[in-house]
Order: sequence, then C-alpha cells, then structure tokens
Amino acid sequence: MTEEIHDPRGALERLKPGPAAPMPVSWEYSPSRESTDHVRFRSRYDLFIGGKFVAPLSKRWFPTINPATEEVLAEIAEADEADVDAAVREARRAYEKVWSKMRPAERAKYIFRIARLIQEKSRALAVAETLNGGKPIKESRDIDVPLAAAHFFYYAGWADKLDYAFPLRKASPLGVAGQIIPWNFPLLMAAWKIAPALAAGNTVVLKPAETTPITSLMLAEIIQEADLPPGVVNILTGAGATGAALVRHPDVDKIAFTGSTEVGKRIQRATAGSRKHLTLELGGKAANIVFEDAPIDQAVEGIVNGIYFNQGHVCCAGSRLFVQESVVEPVIRKLRARIGTLRLGDPLDKNTDIGAINSRQQLDKIRELVDSGVTEGAEMFQSSCPIPSRGYWFPPTFFTNVAQSSRIAQEEIFGPVLSVLTFRTPEEALERANNTPYGLSAGVWTEKGSRILKIAQKLRAGVVWANTYNKFDPSSPFGGYKESGFGREGGMHGLEPYVHLD
Amino acid sequence: MTRLSVRKTYKLYIGGEFPRTESGRFYPVYAAKGKELLANACRGSRKDLRNAVVAARKAFAGWSGRTAYNRGQILYRIAEVSESRAPELEQELRRAGSSKGDARREVELSIERWVHFAGWADKFPQILGSVNPVAGPYYNFTVPEPTGVVGIFAPETPALSGLVDRLAPAIVGGNTVVAVPSESRPLAAITLAEVFETSDVPGGVINLISGLKSELVSWLASHMDVNAIDLGGVEDDALRRAAQEAAAENVKRVVGAAGPAGDDGRPSLYAIRDFLEMKTVWHPMGV
Repeated sequence: MTEEIHDPRGALERLKPGPAAPMPVSWEYSPSRESTDHVRFRSRYDLFIGGKFVAPLSKRWFPTINPATEEVLAEIAEADEADVDAAVREARRAYEKVWSKMRPAERAKYIFRIARLIQEKSRALAVAETLNGGKPIKESRDIDVPLAAAHFFYYAGWADKLDYAFPLRKASPLGVAGQIIPWNFPLLMAAWKIAPALAAGNTVVLKPAETTPITSLMLAEIIQEADLPPGVVNILTGAGATGAALVRHPDVDKIAFTGSTEVGKRIQRATAGSRKHLTLELGGKAANIVFEDAPIDQAVEGIVNGIYFNQGHVCCAGSRLFVQESVVEPVIRKLRARIGTLRLGDPLDKNTDIGAINSRQQLDKIRELVDSGVTEGAEMFQSSCPIPSRGYWFPPTFFTNVAQSSRIAQEEIFGPVLSVLTFRTPEEALERANNTPYGLSAGVWTEKGSRILKIAQKLRAGVVWANTYNKFDPSSPFGGYKESGFGREGGMHGLEPYVHLD
Repeated sequence: MTRLSVRKTYKLYIGGEFPRTESGRFYPVYAAKGKELLANACRGSRKDLRNAVVAARKAFAGWSGRTAYNRGQILYRIAEVSESRAPELEQELRRAGSSKGDARREVELSIERWVHFAGWADKFPQILGSVNPVAGPYYNFTVPEPTGVVGIFAPETPALSGLVDRLAPAIVGGNTVVAVPSESRPLAAITLAEVFETSDVPGGVINLISGLKSELVSWLASHMDVNAIDLGGVEDDALRRAAQEAAAENVKRVVGAAGPAGDDGRPSLYAIRDFLEMKTVWHPMGV
C-alpha cells in the first residue's frame, strides 16, 4: 500500500523521474528559482482602515525583511492605541450600518470574490509569502495560497446556510472580531480568521504578525478590489503592543488568537470579566507514534513532513517521535538518510525543502533549546547540508536518547528539531504521548486498522493524522485540547466561535 | 408518645463515598424563611476539592470509555431512583423554603431533565460530529469527546433542578464532575448524591463539595487538573472575574462567565456541547 500524497496541482507528480533514464553521474540540482519580477511591493505600507490605506496616527513605521537575505522589503506602519480605536470604530460602523444588514447571500458573494481574486493572484502571493517569511516556494505555492483561497470559498457558502448549522437556534453575528495571527502561515491564517467571521456576519480588525505583514496587506488590496464595503475588514500591522491594544479595546466583541500558549494565557486573563468571546489556537508538542507494523518508508516520509515542513514552524508539528523499540534501528537509519537529501537554501528555489528560519529571535530560541538538549545528554544528529552565509538558517536536526523530562521533549521548539523517544507497548505509547499539557495534534503509523481507531480515540488531541501527517482542509475542523487552546477553525464547527445563538 | 427523630448528617460526596470535610469545619444552613437551623453542612476545604478532583480524574477513563448506551441507561436510572425518592427531595426543598407546589414542580422538572439527557447519550455525537469532504484522497471525520474533569458551580436557586441542569449535560458527554451545590440551600443536592450512589453511577464521576463559594471558587478555578469550569452559579462579578483569570493558568474552558442565567426552559444539545472537544481524524484512502 502506498500513501497518497496530497498534490492537487500535480507538482509532485511532475517531479517523478521518467522511465529508464540513464544513471546520472551526479545528483546535483541546477538552480530553479521562481522569478520575482512580477511582484512589486510598495516601499511603505500604511494601515488598512475603513477600506483605505491610511497613515498611522502613531507616525511610526518599521522595516520588514526577507529572513533568507536580511534585506529590507518594505516599511510597515505600526498601529498604536489610537489607530486600533480608529479601526474598531470603522469596523463597528460597517457592522451596524452595512454588513449585519446585508442579505446573507450577498455576503457570500463578496467572500466568493475574495477567494477568486486570491486564486488569480496566487503566484504573486506565493512569492511574497516566501520572500517575507522564508518558507520554500513549493510550500507557499502548493499549500499556503491554494488553501487560503479554498478557505474563503468554503466559508462563503456558509453565509446563507447558518440555520442548517445550529438546529433549533437562531445564529446571529457577535459584532466586531479582533483577530491576531502568527507568522508561520501568514496569508493562510488570515484566511482562517477572516473567512468564517465574515460568513457569520461579523466585521473584522486583523493584526498580522510583526515579521510577516506583507501578504495580509496584499489581501487588503484584494479586499479593495473585491469592493467589500469599507470597514468590514481592517488590517492593522504592528507588534505585541498593537495586539494587546486590540484585546483591551472595549468595543471588540470577540477575540480570536493563534500563537503561543504563553501569550494565549495572557489574553485569556486580559479578557476575564469583559464578556468578550474568546477562541485560542495555541502551541503543541505533538506525538507521532510509529508502531512496528507501520510501513516504515512511508512513516519516515511522514516523520520528515511532520517536523521539517515549514522549518518546523508549525504548531501541530510532530515534534515528539515515539518509535516502537523493535523498529528503532531501521527508522533512525532511514531518517538519517532521508534528512541528508533535504535541500536547505534559497526559499525561492523550487527544489528547496527547508527554507529560512522566520526571524533572528526564533533562531535564537531554537539554538537555545537545541543547546539544552545537548547539555541534558541527548544525542544529536544534524544534516551536514551547507548553510548560506546570510540570513537565518537551522539545519534539520533530531535527537535520540531523549529523556521524557528533558526540555526538548517538553517544550515547543517551533523549529526543525525532532526528539526521538521509544516505547514497548501501545499503552506506554499512549501514556507518554498524552503526558503533556498540550493537546493539539498527533500522528499514528500502523497497518492495523483496529489499532489506528483505538489509538486515535485515546490520544487527547484535536487532530489525529493516521498514516499521514500535516494535512489541512477548510472543511476539516482544527484546534486543540487542554493548553493548546479552545474552539475550532475549519468546517461547520469553525462557525461556532463567530455566532451568538438565540 | 412522641418519638425522637433521627437527624441526618449532611456530608460531602467524593469518589462514591460520603466523607466529612477533612477540615472539620461546618457552616449552618437555615430555612430560607425564619431562623430555623436545618443542618450543619460541611464547609468544604481546598483539600476536599483536591481529593474530589483526584477522584474525578481517576473515574474519567472508565466513564468516558463506557458505551453511550450504557451512560444513557445510568442517567435514566438516576431518573428512576429520583422518582422513587421524590418525596424526600421535595421535603428537602420545602424545608429550604419552597412552597409545596414549587417543590413538587422542581423535583418533577429535575426528573424530566435526567430522562431528557439520558436520551441524548447516543445521539449528540451524530448531531455534533461530521464526515468532512476534504479535497484529497482522505477519509476525514470529526467526533465529539468529553473535555475531561469539569468544575461546576450550581446556582443558589433553584437548588435542585439548577444543579441537575448543569450536571446532566456534563456527565452524559462523558466528563466527570466536581460540583459545588447551592451554598444557601445545599441539602437537596446532598440527598441527590444518595440517589447517584444507588443509581450505578461509578464512584468519582460526580463529586459534591458543599461550602462557601467565595473560598471554593478560586481553588477550583486555579486547579491545574480541571479542564473546564462553569461559573454560572457564582453571583459575585468580582469573584467570577478572578476565577476567569485563574482559569487561564491551564487554559480552562469557561462557561457561565456572564453569571446566573436562569432556566430558559430549553434543555439542550448546546449545554452538552459546552463540555465537549471536537476531534478530527484523517486517514489516506487507497488500494
């Protein structure tokens, strides 16, 4: 049995070697760089408030860079409390006067338009995502951007069908939603936040992450082009202080946050007593469990995809690998070999597997945790791939002989670093997999159907990938148990956080 | 010749047993009208709450692992036993100040609610779950699962049906519960615990700690092994707010944050959903 690869554009299919090619002398790849000449950034981006780009009242801008080269791409406005207030007022006005009164079927058509425009501009968006975030172009092109479009397309259709989602209750919008998103999937997270909010009839103030604002601002341009009524979506760039001002604002009805568990807890505290609705999608330390009867080659691909996808900047990354003792040797041997073939470098190169680390700050955090792993006595294996001289990079890494209590087995690293642990019985695997305050996702690899269903049931996690990993779809609910947050994004369940039920 | 009645000692309900509070403390419970002392109820302590959470956690795997049919039957059994003990439950409410008619109606309502939620056990997963049409060769489905250990603050009144209204949806979903009953009228709840004990409810699935909400709320809200908390029965705004802040320490799900809401007469699926998590499972399809 072979695992099906999610490959809607057939990109991987095209990469398969043809029949009976003569054995090449060398396996070196020639550069295959995606062109950037069709993408023009503004030198300076203002805030998107009330349907227009307006200079920040703060009169402050900050540079945003390409983490692969450390070159400045553009100046970005930094919204302060007064800017947040202006955006919330516009969102409130648009909510009261326009969006909540619009026929749901009309709302749907606006959201469909956004989906279509994202598809039309997908190549530019993919290049921008890669330039600003450092992720490989094949990921932004084949995953981030198509899924963002699909998300708008999916939720557009819900706008006039809400009565079917909540039996015997009348669903009404909450009002103004303040949404704060992370830097690992900038455009996709904007879509996950904005699409269900708009479908349910809310208006939005979105704050993209400090290091990756550009595709959100390109989305603002798309929203203008779609003629969305002014104020329905407002986009405020800035850092943590901007997000905090949005969370505090008294006229915001709902906060949706995706990011670290630490900040999530701060937001939950800050909204206490405010009657603001809250959903949190926070960190993870997912267990990826490989049983001895698993298809080992496919499992190794899944392990690699689970932890090295997007440089491991993934909240649901399979960062704790549990391997049954009888197959540890082949799994580790094949994992080493596979890691050796991963190509790290220019994110714009279509052959690149591992792009740049998103920021200096994140690189420092990864290094610190990896150092702690070495200090705590785990055995490190690192790819010997060449590292570019400029930009932020970290080679694919894994640790063996990891103690359950060590920091690299407990804390979210959010980088291309895997901790390998071993187990003997399914009960032991479950016990240790669940022994974490997180509960976002998990993986299980086995050919035995009954085992898949039992393990999937017993894992305390919101998403379980069986014989696959890191798959996403707008119709598939996503979100955590325990300290990985509450609320779901995606699917019918993703509407709940944006409605009031009477 | 008059017979001297035998009074009942009202105790806590933890892990299927009826211990006194380990603290040895009590608080007097009076009839709502007049000053008649009804009982010295246990003034539960932080240690009692912790013991109750341990019992609830221990019971969780077994309770959530039972079949939905079995959980439904146990809730129905609670209704059966409540029916046969209805006069006693009514008596508790009347002593606490309810009129004869109100007491009867409240007990009847409680029984109706157990029956209602018993019937939900094997149905809510079909209404709340889904098979998701993902764009790829995968089978993908979403099922509801219990959140875990749930802390519940029951409203002051109605003392019995208000507790049942929060308890029944939480346990039918597979959660285990540590509940703090009405502070001013706790006796009906403690008698209800005797119903649980004779209704095949496994020990630890429901635990009741009577006492002062003002001291219990922060302890339960900050307990790191409680997954969700219902603050609907906490009347004081400042206490609720402090509890919400404490709940953030382990990202508890908080319901009833707006305070006492009253019964809108619509016991529902959505009360069950308050204490559920949605789990989504992917598997490739191929030959």
